[in-house]
Amino acid sequence: MAKVLMKGNEALAEAAIQAGCRHYFGYPITPQNEVTAYMAKRMPKVGGVFLQAESEVSAINMVYGAGGAGARVLITSSSPGISLMQEGISYIAGAEIPCVIANVMRGGPGLGGIQPSQSDYFQSTKGGGHGDYKLIVLAPSTIQEMADLVQQAFDIADKYRNPVMILGDGMLGQMMEPVDFDNIKKGENHIEEKTWATTGMGTRKKKNIINSLELDPQMLEKHNIELFKKYEKASKEEVRYEMTNCEDAEIILVAYGTIARVAKNVIELAKRENINVGLIRPISLWPFPVEPFEKTVNYVKRYLSIEMSMGQMVEDVKLAVNGRKPVYFYGRAGGMVPEPAAILEEIRKISGGAK
Amino acid sequence: MAVVFQKTKGLTDVPFHYCPGCTHGIVHRLVAEVMEELGVLDKAIGVAPVGCAVFAYEYFNCDMQEAAHGRAPAVATGIKRVHPDRVVFTYQGDGDLAAIGTAETVHAAARGENITVVFINNAIYGMTGGQMAPTSLIGQETLTTPYGRKPGNNGYPVKMCEMLSTLDGASYIERVSVYDVKHVLQAKKAIKNAFTAQINKKGFSMIEVLSSCPTNWGLSPNEALKWIKDKMEPYYPLGVYKNTLEEVKQNG
Amino acid sequence: MDEKIIFAGFGGQGIMSMGLIMSYAGMMDGKNVSWLPSYGPEMRGGTANCHVTISDEPVGSPIINEATIVVAMNRPSLERFEKDLVAGGILLINSSLIDIGPQRSDIEVYRIPANDIANQMGNLKIANSIMVGALMSLKNIVSEDAVVNAFKKVFEGKEKLIPINIQAYNRGKESINSQFAVK
Ligand SMILES: Cc1ncc(C[n+]2csc(CCOP(=O)(O)OP(=O)(O)O)c2C)c(N)n1
Ligand code: SF4
Repeated sequence: MAKVLMKGNEALAEAAIQAGCRHYFGYPITPQNEVTAYMAKRMPKVGGVFLQAESEVSAINMVYGAGGAGARVLITSSSPGISLMQEGISYIAGAEIPCVIANVMRGGPGLGGIQPSQSDYFQSTKGGGHGDYKLIVLAPSTIQEMADLVQQAFDIADKYRNPVMILGDGMLGQMMEPVDFDNIKKGENHIEEKTWATTGMGTRKKKNIINSLELDPQMLEKHNIELFKKYEKASKEEVRYEMTNCEDAEIILVAYGTIARVAKNVIELAKRENINVGLIRPISLWPFPVEPFEKTVNYVKRYLSIEMSMGQMVEDVKLAVNGRKPVYFYGRAGGMVPEPAAILEEIRKISGGAK
Repeated sequence: MAVVFQKTKGLTDVPFHYCPGCTHGIVHRLVAEVMEELGVLDKAIGVAPVGCAVFAYEYFNCDMQEAAHGRAPAVATGIKRVHPDRVVFTYQGDGDLAAIGTAETVHAAARGENITVVFINNAIYGMTGGQMAPTSLIGQETLTTPYGRKPGNNGYPVKMCEMLSTLDGASYIERVSVYDVKHVLQAKKAIKNAFTAQINKKGFSMIEVLSSCPTNWGLSPNEALKWIKDKMEPYYPLGVYKNTLEEVKQNG
Repeated sequence: MDEKIIFAGFGGQGIMSMGLIMSYAGMMDGKNVSWLPSYGPEMRGGTANCHVTISDEPVGSPIINEATIVVAMNRPSLERFEKDLVAGGILLINSSLIDIGPQRSDIEVYRIPANDIANQMGNLKIANSIMVGALMSLKNIVSEDAVVNAFKKVFEGKEKLIPINIQAYNRGKESINSQFAVK
């Protein structure tokens, strides 16, 4: 298979199939409908299951069942649908069921709109459902990366027995770019036998139970502590980021996903004006990469978090910078994508007297 | 089909955004005319769905709320419990009412919630571009049933009128269509009966309207009307499924 | 090379396919490409557009704010996207449906009666391929081979339509040098 031109939504679906996912549950919602349409066509051809559930509530619980039964499962939706799934996601995290959940974000709150947005950052990275749990959240910024990360996500999910979220947006879902499935950046492939799954006892001596209930507070606390050991490990081993032009930058942009692409245009524009702008692009949003800030905080003058939201990731940037340098924010909401020129203007503004 | 509708006070001047030949517009008019004729526009509160009729709050000339996908009957319940003397209705598509919102629909009916539900069954998800609906017919090709709806994988179409009429809380349930003038007139009578049932505090009422979606069926407007008659009506027989009320009978 | 092309018109004019043909051709030539469609209910009877970038460098934002080429298939598209052209940019107008001129004088303008030519050829649906031809004769953005292969790719499953579209494409190329083209 040479390079193919694909929509992000289609690449996501194909990558999942190539990662061995044979169970997909979904419910239509714009702008991720191409995933359901693709799966409806492809899954029967590869002997897999595509099922359109009657709602996202139902779909995520099908994932609970299928993931708990040992399958590699994918579920996708967009913001309002992901909100509906939060109860199920909390149960899945509690019961330690691996699965991949993709959110092709659109503008909110409420029914909002259907244009690309990044306003579900808090929901994804800080725990959208109840209880102490973490999702590992990966944010692609190209269609190739969409395919790469989906493949890695299945491995990470299995490795930690934890849900992994792919956080995209309407633009990444809808746009087309060439994808190379032959040279995909796979993970280390941690597929161990899922001895914990409910497969029917067969010759197994001990029965398996998938469950998140624990009425004894001491035991439940212990469970929480175990979960957090796992998250601790993930926060060391699953950090992913990219740094562009940061070496002599006076100002560093922090951006993920779609808007990180815009940031790359800004870097070029700024060069024309002799402003040295760099970019830190978190690829894992949880665990949030602190390292690139440690590497740059001594020499850079300021950071500017740019987002398609009213300001969410900027809080993590501030935590990482920890008061050592000023952190600014620029964003557009509701489905607006900031223009490079507007970001450059913001850079000029905050550079103020310094320049 | 040449029904000339007069402008009703029940609709605003905002132009419909529906596709050419879509019957959503006709049903809007019928509901609006009924409310005007019953003199309830000043005390009607409508609930718009998520679906192609999502902008219904712009069109009906009365107070309106926009609900989350499938939750209109719950929202309507909330409104009705605050204002029991107002006329409360929902307007919902098949995905909204019979898939994601099935629980809300069934339990509003089971509670005998005194509201009126206008249910547009067009056997497809219109708004999102033509996926299978719970009411899609066996064999129907949609975006998510590219090889046709198969009972083995997708189950069978849901017959809401039949289902809800088994519930004691339901007072008036009828299935109608709008594929020709005669049926449009019958649909209007049915909608009037449903609203009358509510006004007489008889409990839950629902009118299911077999409707067209020429865009996602891939048919011309006329072919689409024919498809309702030839394909949908045999599976979804028209008629009154529940009528517990003497006074309502007179309207019909 | 860094071409940023906006194709715009109404639904049913084959706007998305025009963009796809150029994107496929660019990819086959080994360029970096991106294709970004408008989406959602606004497409219903309304306007459709797609943004295509073909570049030697990796593509940053796929949204085009400074287009090098705009192909306007109907009047609202002209009115909406003319301002997005860079100075010296190329504007292709489907003069069968657009009876107004552009406001700007710092751009190159070409009028192609794409619908009329398509009608002459007996198939209104090929107006888009005519425009792609016109565009290619103005600027060799991608190789000829790649375009032909791109047509094959875009019409996969509808192979019957390939010859007429390639014919239309060639007619479009001629149109620029013929009586129709007014510079
Ligand atoms: C929680 C949630 N899930 C999915 C959607 C996307 N969505 C919008 S309308 C719709 C279905 C519309 O179909 P139907 O109710 O049959 O109405 P129609 O458009 O055919 O009139 C869906 C799934 C949403 N808005 N919210
Ligand atoms: S998509 Fe279908 S249901 Fe929606 S407005 Fe168009 S014809 Fe009507």
